[in-house]
Amino acid sequence: MTNPILNFDNVTFAIDGIEVLSDVSFSAQSHESICVVGPNGGGKSTLLKLALGLLEPSRGTITVLGTDPIKARRKVGYMPQYLQYDQRFPVSVLDVALMGRLSSHRFGFYSKQDKVITMQALDEMGVANLAKRHFGALSGGQRQRVLIARALACEPELLLLDEPTANVDPSVENQFVEILHQLAAKITVVTVTHDLGFVSQLVDRVICVNRFVKIHPTSEITGEIIQDIYGGDLKMVRHDHCCSEQGHAHDRLF
Amino acid sequence: MTDFFNTLLDPSISFLRYALIAGLLASVAFGIIGSYVVVKRITYIAGAIAHCVLGGIGAALFFSQHYGLSWLTPMTGAVLAALAAALVIGLVSIHAQEREDSVISALWVSGMAAGIMFMAKTPGYIDPMSYLFGNILMISRQDLWTIVALDSCVVTLGILSYSKMLAVCFDEEFARLRGVHTKFYYLLLLCLTALTIVLMIRIVGIVLVIALFSLPAAVAGHFSSRLWQMMAISTLLSMFYVTTGLAVSYGPNLPSGATIVMIAGLSYLLVMAAKMLRRNHN
Repeated sequence: MTNPILNFDNVTFAIDGIEVLSDVSFSAQSHESICVVGPNGGGKSTLLKLALGLLEPSRGTITVLGTDPIKARRKVGYMPQYLQYDQRFPVSVLDVALMGRLSSHRFGFYSKQDKVITMQALDEMGVANLAKRHFGALSGGQRQRVLIARALACEPELLLLDEPTANVDPSVENQFVEILHQLAAKITVVTVTHDLGFVSQLVDRVICVNRFVKIHPTSEITGEIIQDIYGGDLKMVRHDHCCSEQGHAHDRLF
Repeated sequence: MTDFFNTLLDPSISFLRYALIAGLLASVAFGIIGSYVVVKRITYIAGAIAHCVLGGIGAALFFSQHYGLSWLTPMTGAVLAALAAALVIGLVSIHAQEREDSVISALWVSGMAAGIMFMAKTPGYIDPMSYLFGNILMISRQDLWTIVALDSCVVTLGILSYSKMLAVCFDEEFARLRGVHTKFYYLLLLCLTALTIVLMIRIVGIVLVIALFSLPAAVAGHFSSRLWQMMAISTLLSMFYVTTGLAVSYGPNLPSGATIVMIAGLSYLLVMAAKMLRRNHN
């Protein structure tokens, strides 16, 4: 086994003595695509913030790209779930995406190369034509794509996406699945989502977070497991989905 | 109005020329730093820094009188007090988990109170009004040079840090994740704010200076989709307000600081009204 890209080893995180995550252990290998699912308040976003070094674990160790999360940041791309910003903030799409090219040293402006890399990232997300537009004037789906492009402009080895399909209509969601599929071929992608249908089509493994963590290969997810995570009856809708090479069990329910 | 132009060109009367030059130079700093402050939504912090400056001016007057420190001019006191206030307020707002606004208002009023107490205990007649609301008659040649130096310093740093400041104002968390020292840039912004405030104190005074920080940027915000556009437009607006304010106030002998701010306020209201009318019309 090669060195994992992301590794959680018995990580516990508590706020004011209340454990949000308990004894979490998992790892993500290179070029793996992982989905983190779970109910609201289950600790999904906390998991990402720990991986980014924005939060410190109470116990346990986290390694990212073989080092500690803060040192690894430069090679990690992140798309936050909420962007608290003023709709009228005078900033263009290109300005926002260029922030992926920020560095700690330079005291000045972005280079030509920064702009080329950023435009490529925007192009990859299909929003290069919006580069000059006012960021606040975009639709929800366009904005998500720009934020993913910003994360890609970091040229990451690990991409962390927090709810990329929030506020996005179903047709756009399908495009997202396609885009993430392509990305996963190149880098390691960890996606947080509450959208289980999205999961099944996309990833190698699912990490279910509700304080404790359970890991499943996608094909193993059944109604019972979902019930177990979310606690309670859920209405399940079968989606059409692509089969993995190994095929899939027909009792798969979403 | 012709009076204004005649005086401006009269070689024997310098104060109006100084006021106009100082106002136009300071407008550049106000346009740049004011835009950062408005998009970062920290005008109330700028307000607190401005009011703390009175403490510095009072202390400078008091100590220079009592201990014969001739280098300690009100301008020097203002710069020192503004920077100190910026750092204290900045550190409080970074580290205080709660009630940041209470701490800031406490500093706001204590700074002013200290200034008034120092002035009361300084021998000779000092008019606090001229510091609170500005007095263009008081601009000396030395003040003008101080303004030139501070202005170039603020403008250079403001422009060089553009991409970092934009990121810190827009999405601080993301900037931090890219390795940007966000706390440093936040403190730098507050220090630049402090110096910018000092630039205009002679002209519009401590109380009114916030108007020139926020109003041009607020008007410019309606016409710009990039931050640098907002800076350019608010610089031009600020220059326009200063020039018309000085011109309008000169003939009827109105207080010039108040006139400048009144014109800025009216233009803001007009823009807002025009915006609303257009929205209703559509």
